[in-house]
Amino acid sequence: MATDYNAYVTAETIEGADDGPLAGKTVAVKDNISTGGVRTTCGSAMLDDYVPPYDATVVERLTEAGATIPGKTNMDEFGMGTTTETSAFGPVENPAAPGHVPGGSSGGSAAVVAAGDADMALGSDTGGSIRCPAAFCGVVGIKPTYGLVSRYGLVAYANSLEQIGPIAPGVEEAAELLEVIAGPDGRDATTRAPPSTNAAGESGDDLDYASAADGDVDGLDIGVPTELVAGADERVTDVFWDAIADLEDRGASYHEVELPSVEYAVESYYVIAMSEASSNLARFDGVRYGQSGGFDGNWNETFAESRRKGFGDEVKRRVLLGTYALSAGYHDKYYAKAQDARAWIQQDFDAALEEADVLASPTMPVPPMALGESLDDPLTMYLADANTTPVNMANLPAISVPAGETDGGLPVGLQFVGPAFGERAIIRAGSALA
Amino acid sequence: MAGTGGLFIEILTAAPGHLGGMSDDADAEADVDAEAGVDTDAEAVDTEADAVDPDEVRHVADLARIDLADADVDRFTEQFADILASFEALDEVPEVDREEDLANVMRPDEEREGLTQEEALANAPETEDGYFKGPRVS
Repeated sequence: MATDYNAYVTAETIEGADDGPLAGKTVAVKDNISTGGVRTTCGSAMLDDYVPPYDATVVERLTEAGATIPGKTNMDEFGMGTTTETSAFGPVENPAAPGHVPGGSSGGSAAVVAAGDADMALGSDTGGSIRCPAAFCGVVGIKPTYGLVSRYGLVAYANSLEQIGPIAPGVEEAAELLEVIAGPDGRDATTRAPPSTNAAGESGDDLDYASAADGDVDGLDIGVPTELVAGADERVTDVFWDAIADLEDRGASYHEVELPSVEYAVESYYVIAMSEASSNLARFDGVRYGQSGGFDGNWNETFAESRRKGFGDEVKRRVLLGTYALSAGYHDKYYAKAQDARAWIQQDFDAALEEADVLASPTMPVPPMALGESLDDPLTMYLADANTTPVNMANLPAISVPAGETDGGLPVGLQFVGPAFGERAIIRAGSALA
Repeated sequence: MAGTGGLFIEILTAAPGHLGGMSDDADAEADVDAEAGVDTDAEAVDTEADAVDPDEVRHVADLARIDLADADVDRFTEQFADILASFEALDEVPEVDREEDLANVMRPDEEREGLTQEEALANAPETEDGYFKGPRVS
Protein backbone atom coordinates (compact mmCIF):
# COMPACT_ATOMS: atom_id res chain seq x y z
CA MET A 1 0.00 0.00 0.00
CA ALA A 2 1.10 3.47 -0.91
CA THR A 3 0.60 4.63 2.67
CA ASP A 4 3.31 2.25 3.91
CA TYR A 5 6.00 4.15 2.09
CA ASN A 6 4.43 7.62 2.31
CA ALA A 7 4.03 8.10 -1.43
CA TYR A 8 0.88 10.24 -1.44
CA VAL A 9 0.49 13.66 0.13
CA THR A 10 -3.22 13.65 -0.75
CA ALA A 11 -5.07 10.47 -1.72
CA GLU A 12 -8.15 12.00 -3.30
CA THR A 13 -9.58 10.57 -6.50
CA ILE A 14 -10.23 12.73 -9.56
CA GLU A 15 -12.39 10.91 -12.09
CA GLY A 16 -11.68 11.16 -15.80
CA ALA A 17 -13.91 10.93 -18.85
CA ASP A 18 -15.61 7.60 -19.60
CA ASP A 19 -13.79 7.08 -22.86
CA GLY A 20 -10.34 7.80 -24.17
CA PRO A 21 -6.91 6.25 -24.61
CA LEU A 22 -6.35 6.16 -20.83
CA ALA A 23 -9.86 4.95 -19.81
CA GLY A 24 -9.59 2.50 -16.94
CA LYS A 25 -6.02 3.58 -16.08
CA THR A 26 -4.87 5.32 -12.93
CA VAL A 27 -2.28 8.08 -13.32
CA ALA A 28 -0.89 9.58 -10.11
CA VAL A 29 0.15 13.23 -10.31
CA LYS A 30 3.14 14.88 -8.63
CA ASP A 31 2.05 17.42 -6.06
CA ASN A 32 3.58 20.42 -7.83
CA ILE A 33 1.10 20.04 -10.71
CA SER A 34 -2.10 22.02 -10.13
CA THR A 35 -5.34 20.10 -9.68
CA GLY A 36 -8.40 22.35 -9.48
CA GLY A 37 -10.20 21.82 -6.18
CA VAL A 38 -7.61 19.34 -4.86
CA ARG A 39 -4.83 20.71 -2.69
CA THR A 40 -1.40 21.02 -4.26
CA THR A 41 1.36 21.37 -1.67
CA CYS A 42 4.66 21.06 -3.59
CA GLY A 43 5.78 19.07 -0.55
CA SER A 44 5.96 22.34 1.37
CA ALA A 45 4.46 23.55 4.61
CA MET A 46 4.14 26.90 2.82
CA LEU A 47 1.34 25.45 0.67
CA ASP A 48 -0.13 22.81 2.96
CA ASP A 49 -3.64 24.14 2.51
CA TYR A 50 -3.31 25.63 -0.99
CA VAL A 51 -6.16 24.55 -3.29
CA PRO A 52 -5.61 25.63 -6.93
CA PRO A 53 -8.60 27.28 -8.60
CA TYR A 54 -7.69 25.68 -11.96
CA ASP A 55 -6.23 22.55 -13.55
CA ALA A 56 -2.79 22.33 -15.12
CA THR A 57 -3.01 21.67 -18.88
CA VAL A 58 -1.59 18.16 -18.39
CA VAL A 59 -4.28 17.38 -15.79
CA GLU A 60 -6.98 18.54 -18.20
CA ARG A 61 -5.48 16.31 -20.89
CA LEU A 62 -5.28 13.31 -18.53
CA THR A 63 -8.91 13.48 -17.46
CA GLU A 64 -10.11 14.16 -21.02
CA ALA A 65 -8.19 11.02 -22.05
CA GLY A 66 -10.14 9.01 -19.48
CA ALA A 67 -7.48 8.61 -16.79
CA THR A 68 -8.42 8.45 -13.12
CA ILE A 69 -6.06 10.38 -10.85
CA PRO A 70 -5.76 8.44 -7.57
CA GLY A 71 -3.88 11.16 -5.71
CA LYS A 72 -1.09 13.69 -5.47
CA THR A 73 2.35 12.24 -4.91
CA ASN A 74 4.94 13.20 -2.35
CA MET A 75 8.06 15.01 -3.55
CA ASP A 76 11.10 16.95 -2.46
CA GLU A 77 9.96 20.40 -1.39
CA PHE A 78 9.34 22.47 -4.57
CA GLY A 79 11.28 19.79 -6.48
CA MET A 80 14.52 20.60 -4.68
CA GLY A 81 16.21 17.32 -3.89
CA THR A 82 17.50 14.04 -5.25
CA THR A 83 16.07 11.70 -2.60
CA THR A 84 12.48 12.77 -1.72
CA GLU A 85 13.60 13.35 1.85
CA THR A 86 13.14 17.15 1.89
CA SER A 87 9.32 16.99 1.81
CA ALA A 88 7.49 18.69 4.67
CA PHE A 89 5.28 15.58 4.66
CA GLY A 90 8.15 13.23 5.47
CA PRO A 91 10.44 11.07 3.34
CA VAL A 92 9.26 8.44 0.85
CA GLU A 93 10.71 4.94 1.12
CA ASN A 94 11.71 3.02 -2.00
CA PRO A 95 9.29 0.08 -2.46
CA ALA A 96 11.81 -1.60 -4.80
CA ALA A 97 14.66 -1.26 -2.28
CA PRO A 98 13.33 -1.03 1.30
CA GLY A 99 15.46 1.10 3.60
CA HIS A 100 16.62 3.20 0.65
CA VAL A 101 15.49 6.46 -0.88
CA PRO A 102 13.27 6.33 -4.00
CA GLY A 103 15.29 9.10 -5.67
CA GLY A 104 13.91 12.53 -6.27
CA SER A 105 12.37 14.79 -6.59
CA SER A 106 9.42 12.85 -8.11
CA GLY A 107 9.97 10.02 -5.59
CA GLY A 108 6.31 9.50 -4.75
CA SER A 109 5.36 9.18 -8.43
CA ALA A 110 8.03 6.55 -9.12
CA ALA A 111 7.21 4.72 -5.89
CA VAL A 112 3.48 4.26 -6.60
CA VAL A 113 4.30 2.93 -10.06
CA ALA A 114 7.02 0.58 -8.75
CA ALA A 115 4.65 -0.76 -6.08
CA GLY A 116 1.78 -1.18 -8.54
CA ASP A 117 -0.44 1.25 -6.61
CA ALA A 118 -0.95 3.31 -9.77
CA ASP A 119 -0.65 2.25 -13.39
CA MET A 120 1.39 5.31 -14.32
CA ALA A 121 2.34 8.71 -12.96
CA LEU A 122 3.42 12.20 -13.91
CA GLY A 123 6.60 13.72 -12.55
CA SER A 124 8.54 16.87 -13.34
CA ASP A 125 12.22 16.97 -14.24
CA THR A 126 14.33 20.09 -13.65
CA GLY A 127 17.73 18.39 -13.28
CA GLY A 128 16.82 14.69 -13.22
CA SER A 129 13.73 14.59 -11.04
CA ILE A 130 11.88 12.08 -13.28
CA ARG A 131 14.85 9.98 -14.41
CA CYS A 132 16.53 9.63 -10.99
CA PRO A 133 13.50 8.17 -9.17
CA ALA A 134 12.67 6.01 -12.21
CA ALA A 135 16.20 4.59 -12.06
CA PHE A 136 16.18 4.08 -8.27
CA CYS A 137 12.72 2.43 -8.28
CA GLY A 138 13.30 0.20 -11.34
CA VAL A 139 10.70 1.85 -13.59
CA VAL A 140 10.72 3.94 -16.79
CA GLY A 141 10.76 7.75 -16.85
CA ILE A 142 10.88 10.22 -19.73
CA LYS A 143 12.10 13.82 -19.59
CA PRO A 144 10.71 15.34 -22.79
CA THR A 145 12.41 17.92 -25.01
CA TYR A 146 11.99 21.39 -23.51
CA GLY A 147 8.82 22.79 -25.05
CA LEU A 148 7.10 19.49 -25.88
CA VAL A 149 4.84 19.42 -22.79
CA SER A 150 2.95 22.39 -21.36
CA ARG A 151 4.11 23.74 -18.00
CA TYR A 152 0.89 25.69 -17.45
CA GLY A 153 -0.15 24.88 -13.90
CA LEU A 154 3.26 23.46 -12.90
CA VAL A 155 4.44 25.41 -9.86
CA ALA A 156 7.73 26.86 -11.09
CA TYR A 157 11.09 26.01 -9.54
CA ALA A 158 13.51 26.70 -12.45
CA ASN A 159 11.35 27.35 -15.47
CA SER A 160 14.06 27.40 -18.17
CA LEU A 161 14.99 23.82 -17.27
CA GLU A 162 11.88 21.89 -16.24
CA GLN A 163 9.46 19.65 -18.09
CA ILE A 164 6.58 17.44 -16.99
CA GLY A 165 6.91 13.83 -18.12
CA PRO A 166 5.61 10.27 -17.70
CA ILE A 167 6.68 7.48 -15.34
CA ALA A 168 5.46 3.94 -16.09
CA PRO A 169 6.42 0.29 -15.61
CA GLY A 170 7.38 -0.11 -19.29
CA VAL A 171 8.52 2.07 -22.18
CA GLU A 172 5.40 1.57 -24.29
CA GLU A 173 3.06 2.73 -21.50
CA ALA A 174 5.29 5.74 -20.81
CA ALA A 175 5.11 6.58 -24.53
CA GLU A 176 1.30 6.27 -24.49
CA LEU A 177 1.10 8.68 -21.57
CA LEU A 178 3.47 11.08 -23.34
CA GLU A 179 1.17 11.11 -26.38
CA VAL A 180 -1.66 12.31 -24.14
CA ILE A 181 0.18 15.16 -22.41
CA ALA A 182 2.45 16.40 -25.24
CA GLY A 183 1.76 19.09 -27.81
CA PRO A 184 1.46 22.87 -28.01
CA ASP A 185 -0.61 24.82 -25.48
CA GLY A 186 -1.76 28.39 -25.97
CA ARG A 187 -1.27 28.96 -22.24
CA ASP A 188 2.45 28.12 -22.28
CA ALA A 189 4.34 30.23 -24.82
CA THR A 190 7.41 27.96 -24.54
CA THR A 191 5.58 24.97 -26.04
CA ARG A 192 6.22 24.07 -29.68
CA ALA A 193 4.79 21.68 -32.20
CA PRO A 194 7.41 18.97 -32.67
CA PRO A 195 8.75 18.98 -36.22
CA SER A 196 8.22 15.24 -36.59
CA THR A 197 5.80 13.26 -34.47
CA ASN A 198 4.84 10.08 -36.23
CA ALA A 199 6.27 6.95 -37.78
CA ALA A 200 6.47 8.47 -41.23
CA GLY A 201 8.50 11.38 -39.90
CA GLU A 202 5.75 13.80 -40.86
CA SER A 203 4.82 16.90 -38.98
CA GLY A 204 1.30 17.17 -37.66
CA ASP A 205 -1.03 17.06 -34.69
CA ASP A 206 -1.07 13.30 -34.57
CA LEU A 207 1.50 12.52 -31.88
CA ASP A 208 2.75 9.00 -32.23
CA TYR A 209 5.33 7.77 -29.76
CA ALA A 210 4.07 4.36 -28.67
CA SER A 211 4.63 2.77 -32.09
CA ALA A 212 8.36 3.48 -31.71
CA ALA A 213 8.49 1.07 -28.75
CA ASP A 214 9.19 -1.93 -30.96
CA GLY A 215 12.47 -3.03 -29.37
CA ASP A 216 14.26 -2.88 -32.72
CA VAL A 217 17.83 -1.67 -32.18
CA ASP A 218 19.36 -3.33 -35.23
CA GLY A 219 21.74 -0.76 -36.74
CA LEU A 220 21.34 1.69 -33.82
CA ASP A 221 24.47 3.78 -33.33
CA ILE A 222 25.00 4.55 -29.63
CA GLY A 223 27.44 7.18 -28.36
CA VAL A 224 28.75 6.67 -24.82
CA PRO A 225 30.05 9.90 -23.21
CA THR A 226 33.20 8.87 -21.35
CA GLU A 227 32.77 11.62 -18.74
CA LEU A 228 29.40 10.20 -17.64
CA VAL A 229 30.74 6.70 -17.09
CA ALA A 230 34.17 7.48 -15.61
CA GLY A 231 32.82 9.02 -12.43
CA ALA A 232 30.22 6.34 -11.72
CA ASP A 233 30.26 3.68 -9.03
CA GLU A 234 31.52 0.30 -10.26
CA ARG A 235 28.35 -1.44 -9.10
CA VAL A 236 26.50 0.80 -11.55
CA THR A 237 28.94 0.64 -14.47
CA ASP A 238 29.04 -3.19 -14.33
CA VAL A 239 25.29 -3.27 -14.95
CA PHE A 240 25.56 -0.50 -17.56
CA TRP A 241 28.16 -2.31 -19.69
CA ASP A 242 26.19 -5.57 -19.48
CA ALA A 243 23.19 -3.73 -20.90
CA ILE A 244 25.30 -2.21 -23.71
CA ALA A 245 26.60 -5.70 -24.54
CA ASP A 246 23.01 -6.93 -24.65
CA LEU A 247 22.13 -4.15 -27.12
CA GLU A 248 25.19 -5.06 -29.24
CA ASP A 249 23.98 -8.67 -29.40
CA ARG A 250 20.80 -7.31 -30.92
CA GLY A 251 22.48 -5.39 -33.69
CA ALA A 252 23.35 -2.05 -32.05
CA SER A 253 26.88 -0.67 -32.01
CA TYR A 254 28.53 1.82 -29.69
CA HIS A 255 31.42 4.25 -29.77
CA GLU A 256 32.82 6.50 -27.08
CA VAL A 257 32.32 10.24 -27.34
CA GLU A 258 33.81 13.11 -25.37
CA LEU A 259 31.73 15.93 -23.91
CA PRO A 260 34.30 18.07 -22.07
CA SER A 261 31.64 20.63 -21.11
CA VAL A 262 29.69 18.20 -18.92
CA GLU A 263 32.46 18.39 -16.30
CA TYR A 264 30.89 21.78 -15.47
CA ALA A 265 27.26 20.70 -15.76
CA VAL A 266 26.40 20.20 -12.09
CA GLU A 267 27.91 23.51 -10.97
CA SER A 268 26.38 25.53 -13.80
CA TYR A 269 23.05 23.76 -13.41
CA TYR A 270 22.87 24.62 -9.72
CA VAL A 271 23.80 28.26 -10.32
CA ILE A 272 21.03 28.62 -12.91
CA ALA A 273 18.43 26.58 -11.00
CA MET A 274 19.07 28.38 -7.72
CA SER A 275 19.00 31.78 -9.41
CA GLU A 276 15.68 31.05 -11.07
CA ALA A 277 14.35 29.61 -7.82
CA SER A 278 15.25 32.75 -5.88
CA SER A 279 13.03 34.70 -8.25
CA ASN A 280 10.22 32.16 -8.72
CA LEU A 281 9.79 31.56 -5.00
CA ALA A 282 9.59 35.28 -4.20
CA ARG A 283 5.82 34.99 -4.67
CA PHE A 284 5.44 32.97 -1.48
CA ASP A 285 4.98 35.74 1.04
CA GLY A 286 1.92 34.67 2.98
CA VAL A 287 -0.35 37.31 1.45
CA ARG A 288 -1.94 35.73 -1.63
CA TYR A 289 -1.34 32.20 -0.36
CA GLY A 290 1.00 30.46 2.02
CA GLN A 291 1.84 30.54 5.67
CA SER A 292 0.91 33.77 7.29
CA GLY A 293 -1.18 35.20 9.83
CA GLY A 294 -0.83 37.81 12.41
CA PHE A 295 2.93 38.19 12.63
CA ASP A 296 3.91 41.53 14.10
CA GLY A 297 6.16 44.02 12.42
CA ASN A 298 6.41 45.71 9.05
CA TRP A 299 5.94 43.89 5.77
CA ASN A 300 9.59 42.86 5.32
CA GLU A 301 9.67 41.33 8.78
CA THR A 302 6.32 39.66 8.22
CA PHE A 303 7.35 38.13 4.90
CA ALA A 304 10.66 36.95 6.36
CA GLU A 305 8.82 35.29 9.25
CA SER A 306 6.34 33.63 6.88
CA ARG A 307 9.18 32.29 4.74
CA ARG A 308 11.16 31.05 7.77
CA LYS A 309 8.15 29.04 8.88
CA GLY A 310 6.98 27.92 5.45
CA PHE A 311 10.24 26.84 3.78
CA GLY A 312 12.42 23.88 4.70
CA ASP A 313 16.22 23.90 4.82
CA GLU A 314 16.94 22.89 1.23
CA VAL A 315 14.60 25.54 -0.15
CA LYS A 316 16.17 28.22 2.05
CA ARG A 317 19.63 27.10 0.94
CA ARG A 318 18.78 27.37 -2.76
CA VAL A 319 16.93 30.68 -2.49
CA LEU A 320 19.82 32.21 -0.54
CA LEU A 321 22.51 30.89 -2.89
CA GLY A 322 20.46 32.03 -5.88
CA THR A 323 20.07 35.49 -4.41
CA TYR A 324 23.82 35.57 -3.80
CA ALA A 325 24.68 34.37 -7.33
CA LEU A 326 22.56 37.09 -8.93
CA SER A 327 23.89 39.96 -6.87
CA ALA A 328 26.27 42.54 -8.31
CA GLY A 329 29.91 41.52 -8.41
CA TYR A 330 28.85 37.88 -8.34
CA HIS A 331 26.46 37.89 -11.29
CA ASP A 332 29.27 37.81 -13.87
CA LYS A 333 31.27 35.32 -11.89
CA TYR A 334 28.49 32.79 -11.37
CA TYR A 335 25.37 33.39 -13.44
CA ALA A 336 27.00 34.62 -16.66
CA LYS A 337 29.60 31.82 -16.55
CA ALA A 338 26.85 29.27 -15.96
CA GLN A 339 25.05 30.52 -19.08
CA ASP A 340 28.29 30.13 -21.03
CA ALA A 341 28.55 26.58 -19.73
CA ARG A 342 24.96 25.94 -20.78
CA ALA A 343 25.65 27.06 -24.36
CA TRP A 344 28.83 24.96 -24.42
CA ILE A 345 26.95 21.88 -23.19
CA GLN A 346 24.35 22.39 -25.92
CA GLN A 347 27.08 22.55 -28.58
CA ASP A 348 28.79 19.42 -27.24
CA PHE A 349 25.56 17.42 -27.28
CA ASP A 350 24.63 18.64 -30.76
CA ALA A 351 28.04 17.57 -32.09
CA ALA A 352 27.89 14.17 -30.40
CA LEU A 353 24.38 13.53 -31.72
CA GLU A 354 25.52 14.23 -35.26
CA GLU A 355 27.70 11.12 -34.97
CA ALA A 356 25.23 8.92 -33.07
CA ASP A 357 21.50 8.15 -32.99
CA VAL A 358 21.34 8.31 -29.20
CA LEU A 359 23.77 8.75 -26.29
CA ALA A 360 23.81 6.27 -23.41
CA SER A 361 25.06 6.51 -19.82
CA PRO A 362 24.11 5.31 -16.37
CA THR A 363 21.15 7.46 -15.28
CA MET A 364 22.62 7.90 -11.80
CA PRO A 365 26.31 7.48 -10.95
CA VAL A 366 25.37 5.71 -7.70
CA PRO A 367 22.79 3.14 -6.56
CA PRO A 368 19.97 4.36 -4.27
CA MET A 369 21.30 5.84 -1.03
CA ALA A 370 20.17 4.54 2.35
CA LEU A 371 17.41 6.67 3.90
CA GLY A 372 18.87 9.58 5.87
CA GLU A 373 22.37 9.18 4.46
CA SER A 374 22.65 12.33 2.34
CA LEU A 375 20.59 14.94 4.17
CA ASP A 376 23.44 16.67 6.01
CA ASP A 377 25.71 16.95 3.01
CA PRO A 378 24.00 18.97 0.27
CA LEU A 379 27.04 19.17 -2.01
CA THR A 380 27.35 15.38 -2.21
CA MET A 381 23.65 15.19 -3.02
CA TYR A 382 24.08 17.77 -5.82
CA LEU A 383 26.96 15.79 -7.33
CA ALA A 384 24.68 12.76 -7.71
CA ASP A 385 22.94 14.74 -10.48
CA ALA A 386 26.08 14.64 -12.68
CA ASN A 387 24.52 12.56 -15.48
CA THR A 388 21.01 14.01 -15.53
CA THR A 389 21.56 17.79 -15.27
CA PRO A 390 23.48 18.13 -18.60
CA VAL A 391 20.35 17.00 -20.46
CA ASN A 392 18.19 19.76 -18.95
CA MET A 393 20.92 22.30 -19.72
CA ALA A 394 20.84 21.14 -23.36
CA ASN A 395 16.99 21.14 -23.53
CA LEU A 396 17.09 17.56 -24.90
CA PRO A 397 14.84 14.52 -24.37
CA ALA A 398 16.02 11.57 -22.28
CA ILE A 399 14.61 8.31 -20.98
CA SER A 400 15.67 6.20 -18.02
CA VAL A 401 15.00 2.48 -18.33
CA PRO A 402 15.78 -0.33 -15.87
CA ALA A 403 19.10 -1.94 -16.83
CA GLY A 404 19.32 -4.52 -14.07
CA GLU A 405 20.34 -4.67 -10.42
CA THR A 406 23.56 -4.46 -8.44
CA ASP A 407 24.81 -7.61 -6.71
CA GLY A 408 23.07 -6.27 -3.64
CA GLY A 409 19.74 -6.13 -5.46
CA LEU A 410 19.53 -2.36 -5.95
CA PRO A 411 17.94 -1.10 -9.21
CA VAL A 412 20.18 0.53 -11.83
CA GLY A 413 18.85 2.75 -14.60
CA LEU A 414 20.29 3.39 -18.06
CA GLN A 415 19.73 6.79 -19.68
CA PHE A 416 19.34 7.38 -23.41
CA VAL A 417 19.58 10.98 -24.65
CA GLY A 418 18.27 11.95 -28.09
CA PRO A 419 18.27 15.02 -30.33
CA ALA A 420 15.67 17.76 -29.76
CA PHE A 421 12.18 16.35 -30.39
CA GLY A 422 13.79 12.95 -31.05
CA GLU A 423 11.52 11.22 -28.52
CA ARG A 424 10.92 8.34 -30.94
CA ALA A 425 14.65 7.52 -31.03
CA ILE A 426 15.03 7.25 -27.25
CA ILE A 427 11.74 5.35 -26.91
CA ARG A 428 12.85 2.80 -29.51
CA ALA A 429 16.27 2.36 -27.86
CA GLY A 430 14.73 2.11 -24.39
CA SER A 431 12.12 -0.41 -25.49
CA ALA A 432 14.89 -2.90 -26.20
CA LEU A 433 15.56 -3.04 -22.44
CA ALA A 434 12.12 -2.47 -20.83
CA MET B 1 -15.80 41.41 -13.46
CA ALA B 2 -16.07 44.62 -11.51
CA GLY B 3 -13.28 44.82 -8.99
CA THR B 4 -10.62 43.11 -11.06
CA GLY B 5 -8.75 46.34 -11.59
CA GLY B 6 -8.78 47.09 -7.90
CA LEU B 7 -7.65 43.58 -7.17
CA PHE B 8 -4.46 43.91 -9.16
CA ILE B 9 -3.70 47.36 -7.86
CA GLU B 10 -3.94 45.93 -4.40
CA ILE B 11 -1.54 43.09 -5.25
CA LEU B 12 1.01 45.58 -6.47
CA THR B 13 0.80 47.78 -3.46
CA ALA B 14 0.95 44.82 -1.12
CA ALA B 15 4.24 43.44 -2.38
CA PRO B 16 6.04 45.59 -4.94
CA GLY B 17 9.48 44.14 -4.33
CA HIS B 18 8.32 40.59 -4.57
CA LEU B 19 6.33 40.91 -7.73
CA GLY B 20 8.11 43.49 -9.83
CA GLY B 21 11.48 43.13 -8.23
CA MET B 22 13.18 45.89 -10.18
CA SER B 23 13.73 48.51 -7.56
CA ASP B 24 14.29 45.87 -4.93
CA ASP B 25 16.95 44.13 -6.99
CA ALA B 26 18.76 47.39 -7.60
CA ASP B 27 18.93 47.93 -3.85
CA ALA B 28 20.08 44.37 -3.38
CA GLU B 29 22.95 44.75 -5.79
CA ALA B 30 24.16 47.93 -4.23
CA ASP B 31 23.93 46.40 -0.79
CA VAL B 32 25.89 43.28 -1.60
CA ASP B 33 28.57 45.34 -3.27
CA ALA B 34 29.00 47.53 -0.26
CA GLU B 35 28.97 44.57 2.07
CA ALA B 36 31.55 42.53 0.22
CA GLY B 37 33.69 45.58 -0.48
CA VAL B 38 34.32 44.64 -4.09
CA ASP B 39 33.73 46.23 -7.44
CA THR B 40 31.84 44.59 -10.27
CA ASP B 41 34.95 43.19 -11.92
CA ALA B 42 34.60 39.40 -11.73
CA GLU B 43 38.36 38.95 -11.21
CA ALA B 44 38.30 41.01 -8.08
CA VAL B 45 35.89 38.75 -6.20
CA ASP B 46 37.85 35.53 -6.74
CA THR B 47 39.43 35.54 -3.34
CA GLU B 48 36.21 36.54 -1.61
CA ALA B 49 34.05 33.73 -2.93
CA ASP B 50 34.89 30.97 -0.48
CA ALA B 51 35.23 33.38 2.39
CA VAL B 52 31.52 33.58 3.16
CA ASP B 53 31.02 34.70 6.72
CA PRO B 54 27.94 34.61 8.93
CA ASP B 55 27.25 38.32 8.38
CA GLU B 56 27.12 37.78 4.65
CA VAL B 57 24.71 34.87 5.05
CA ARG B 58 22.52 37.06 7.27
CA HIS B 59 22.65 39.85 4.73
CA VAL B 60 21.65 37.62 1.80
CA ALA B 61 18.87 36.14 3.92
CA ASP B 62 17.67 39.65 4.59
CA LEU B 63 17.61 40.41 0.86
CA ALA B 64 15.73 37.17 0.20
CA ARG B 65 13.26 37.97 3.01
CA ILE B 66 13.99 34.80 4.94
CA ASP B 67 14.41 35.07 8.69
CA LEU B 68 17.16 32.70 9.88
CA ALA B 69 17.80 31.28 13.32
CA ASP B 70 21.40 31.68 14.57
CA ALA B 71 21.98 27.93 14.32
CA ASP B 72 20.87 28.02 10.68
CA VAL B 73 23.28 30.87 9.96
CA ASP B 74 26.24 28.86 11.26
CA ARG B 75 25.28 25.72 9.39
CA PHE B 76 24.59 27.58 6.14
CA THR B 77 27.89 29.48 6.41
CA GLU B 78 29.76 26.19 6.51
CA GLN B 79 27.74 24.57 3.71
CA PHE B 80 27.89 27.65 1.48
CA ALA B 81 31.69 27.64 1.71
CA ASP B 82 31.76 24.10 0.28
CA ILE B 83 29.17 24.79 -2.39
CA LEU B 84 30.66 28.11 -3.52
CA ALA B 85 34.12 26.52 -3.62
CA SER B 86 32.76 23.94 -6.06
CA PHE B 87 31.25 26.73 -8.18
CA GLU B 88 34.79 28.12 -8.56
CA ALA B 89 35.22 25.53 -11.31
CA LEU B 90 33.10 27.78 -13.54
CA ASP B 91 36.10 30.12 -13.84
CA GLU B 92 37.52 27.59 -16.33
CA VAL B 93 34.50 27.80 -18.64
CA PRO B 94 35.38 29.63 -21.86
CA GLU B 95 33.19 32.36 -23.32
CA VAL B 96 30.77 30.70 -25.69
CA ASP B 97 28.87 32.25 -28.58
CA ARG B 98 25.19 31.44 -28.40
CA GLU B 99 23.36 30.32 -31.47
CA GLU B 100 19.83 30.64 -30.17
CA ASP B 101 17.10 30.49 -32.74
CA LEU B 102 14.40 32.37 -30.89
CA ALA B 103 11.00 33.53 -32.07
CA ASN B 104 8.39 35.56 -30.25
CA VAL B 105 5.17 33.72 -29.47
CA MET B 106 2.21 36.08 -29.63
CA ARG B 107 -1.53 35.73 -29.45
CA PRO B 108 -4.26 38.18 -30.38
CA ASP B 109 -5.00 40.57 -27.52
CA GLU B 110 -8.55 39.43 -27.00
CA GLU B 111 -10.66 39.32 -23.89
CA ARG B 112 -10.93 35.84 -22.43
CA GLU B 113 -12.11 34.20 -19.28
CA GLY B 114 -9.95 34.46 -16.19
CA LEU B 115 -10.33 33.69 -12.50
CA THR B 116 -13.19 35.31 -10.68
CA GLN B 117 -12.33 37.65 -7.84
CA GLU B 118 -13.59 35.05 -5.40
CA GLU B 119 -11.36 32.35 -6.91
CA ALA B 120 -8.33 34.63 -6.91
CA LEU B 121 -8.81 35.44 -3.24
CA ALA B 122 -9.71 31.91 -2.11
CA ASN B 123 -6.21 30.98 -0.88
CA ALA B 124 -5.36 34.26 0.79
CA PRO B 125 -4.94 34.02 4.57
CA GLU B 126 -6.54 37.47 4.96
CA THR B 127 -8.84 39.47 2.70
CA GLU B 128 -10.92 42.58 3.15
CA ASP B 129 -13.64 44.02 0.88
CA GLY B 130 -12.47 41.92 -2.06
CA TYR B 131 -8.80 42.75 -1.61
CA PHE B 132 -5.79 40.79 -0.41
CA LYS B 133 -4.85 42.09 2.98
CA GLY B 134 -1.11 42.50 3.54
CA PRO B 135 0.98 43.69 6.45
CA ARG B 136 1.57 47.39 7.00
CA VAL B 137 4.30 48.85 4.83
CA SER B 138 6.38 50.49 7.57
